[in-house]
Amino acid sequence: MSAQGSAPSTGATSVAAVLAERRDAGTGALVGYLPVGFPDLATSIDAAVALVENGVDVLELGLPYSDPVMDGPVIQAATQQALANGFRLRHAFEAVRGVRERVDAPVLLMTYWNPVVQYGVERFADDLRDAGGAGVITPDLIPDEAGDWLAASERTGLDRVFLAAPSSSDARLARAVEVSRGFVYAVSTMGITGARSDVDRAARGLVDRLRAAGAENACVGLGISTAEQVREVLEYADGAIVGSALVAALAEGGVSAAGATAARLAEGTRPGSASAL
Amino acid sequence: MTDNISERLAHLEPLPGPYFGEYGGRFSPEPLVAALDELTAAWEEAKRDPAFRLELDDLHRSYTGRPSIITEVKRFAEHAGGARILLKREDLNHTGSHKINNVLGQALLTKRIGKSRVIAETGAGQHGVATATAAALFGLDCVIYMGEVDTERQALNVARMRLLGAEVVPVTAGSRTLKDAINEAMRDWVTNVGTTNYVFGTVAGPHPFPAMVRDLQRIIGDEARDQVLELVGRLPDAVAACVGGGSNAMGIFTAFLDDPEVRLFGFEAAGEGVDTPRHAATITKGRPGVLHGARSYLLQDEDGQTLESHSISAGLDYPGVGPEHAWLADIGRATYRPVTDAAAMSALRLLSRTEGIIPAIESSHALAGALELGRELGPEAVILVNLSGRGDKDMTTAGHYFDLLDRGAEQV
Repeated sequence: MSAQGSAPSTGATSVAAVLAERRDAGTGALVGYLPVGFPDLATSIDAAVALVENGVDVLELGLPYSDPVMDGPVIQAATQQALANGFRLRHAFEAVRGVRERVDAPVLLMTYWNPVVQYGVERFADDLRDAGGAGVITPDLIPDEAGDWLAASERTGLDRVFLAAPSSSDARLARAVEVSRGFVYAVSTMGITGARSDVDRAARGLVDRLRAAGAENACVGLGISTAEQVREVLEYADGAIVGSALVAALAEGGVSAAGATAARLAEGTRPGSASAL
Repeated sequence: MTDNISERLAHLEPLPGPYFGEYGGRFSPEPLVAALDELTAAWEEAKRDPAFRLELDDLHRSYTGRPSIITEVKRFAEHAGGARILLKREDLNHTGSHKINNVLGQALLTKRIGKSRVIAETGAGQHGVATATAAALFGLDCVIYMGEVDTERQALNVARMRLLGAEVVPVTAGSRTLKDAINEAMRDWVTNVGTTNYVFGTVAGPHPFPAMVRDLQRIIGDEARDQVLELVGRLPDAVAACVGGGSNAMGIFTAFLDDPEVRLFGFEAAGEGVDTPRHAATITKGRPGVLHGARSYLLQDEDGQTLESHSISAGLDYPGVGPEHAWLADIGRATYRPVTDAAAMSALRLLSRTEGIIPAIESSHALAGALELGRELGPEAVILVNLSGRGDKDMTTAGHYFDLLDRGAEQV
């Protein structure tokens, strides 16, 4: 079965196409993260849809995992609650399908690697593609260990988003660019997820280095929580990734608050206001 | 002779990593890879540098108290079918366990790579105490992550670490035990990698930790092999050690890997029994997966979520195990068996009463295993047991378990 099979996904809504479209429009994309199953499966789908309806261009759905080493307290608390409420792997595919039936934005899954290994890498890829998913972001899988996933994503046409860090060597950045598809996830600062008042200067330098290594699409994540930061990041990157700020809004004020926060963040993607230069 | 560490470090023939068969590797976030590369290179260089070796050698002699002695326990062995049982006394090391062997090496390495702050995870508190000790000795800032559950059952070790000048951070995420302490230490490391070295406590985690920690712990078996030859005139029939992450076991196994006549036994914590959900018998009951940066056996559910482990001993209460153990189990070079809380506690009391040696609850799993092995192997057998730690830290647990405390003393 092809990627276009039963899923509503088409080439026009691929991650790369959306990023290109936003770049051509002279702005950049807003990438929004929420965990599947928080506070429950149905609400997490509603919240993801609300994000898209309020200006999020690409969705990143997180797969709750018992040992999330790259996540700060806000996302840890949310994913722990999702697990306590009975999250199962199959819910991730249900969430992707549920979201894609209602909105057209591409959906990436963000998952630590062990759940994929246990589900079976090939089977995971098939089920994600069949659900209409665009690809996978792998925070604890580096290209060095990704042989199975490179093969499965090649076969299914799924995007694969690897991380790049300010501490990464030029050779490692080149490898991340070579194997990533969709975009390269530029880790803005040395740290874990969570809102920060300053998005590190290191992000700009990292994106420059990724461009020099041939990256077409680089999105910046970690620490971004305001429209101002989104605007700043989009001066040099193709997308700004926001997670904890949206999760906190959903935790505190439900779906409407998550939507409202997305709308505020999306203001940072519109051209014309202040600090463009 | 047996105390020359330099000579021993000169032939580190066991697998260098990152892979042990299909196990090991580096399943770590990209932001950590530069630090892991730096550590790998620094260790490769340091272990070949005579000056580094001399410094570590001297520290072990003048500070750790190496070589540790061998004690034959005849009264204890009467309960093991009369087999000869020899204890390698890592409990006599400074700080009371084998953990100091690893920590002094990694602390020297921290200075070598120019970092000023160390972090560590700890379960029972032995590795935390050892790290805090080395930090005090070398003037390094030190933060220890410890699951909240463990800070309660090992309160005395928390006080020791604080007295030594370390900051102890109770971890309230997840199951609030060792695995969550590792997650939190990893998060700290990702954030502060420029100034901070992660002094990992066991032979698990991403490369280079499994190989490096083994290299630093193999002194146990290297000394013991010579000592047993001298005392008995031949190699032991069996070597026994407890296995949580597995550093004391790899430490004593490594010297015997190429002696096929020596059988190697790792004893895992069976908690309340391997047929209950409350155990930490990772190789016995787990299956391969990825946790804390390496592929190895782990306790997990169908979806790959890590299961909570249980053991009366905080140091074995870990749902993973070092990748080299996974490989040794698969190729059949070492055998891994479960030992229940009850069997371990019984062995703890037996050694205390027959020999006047109070072992750590962790090490008591190896003692219980040795009793079993002695009965199987018969009176001609010589069994070498790694007594990896002393039991002082476990007195609250043992006091309650055996009802040894007077009412008024319950608060202590």
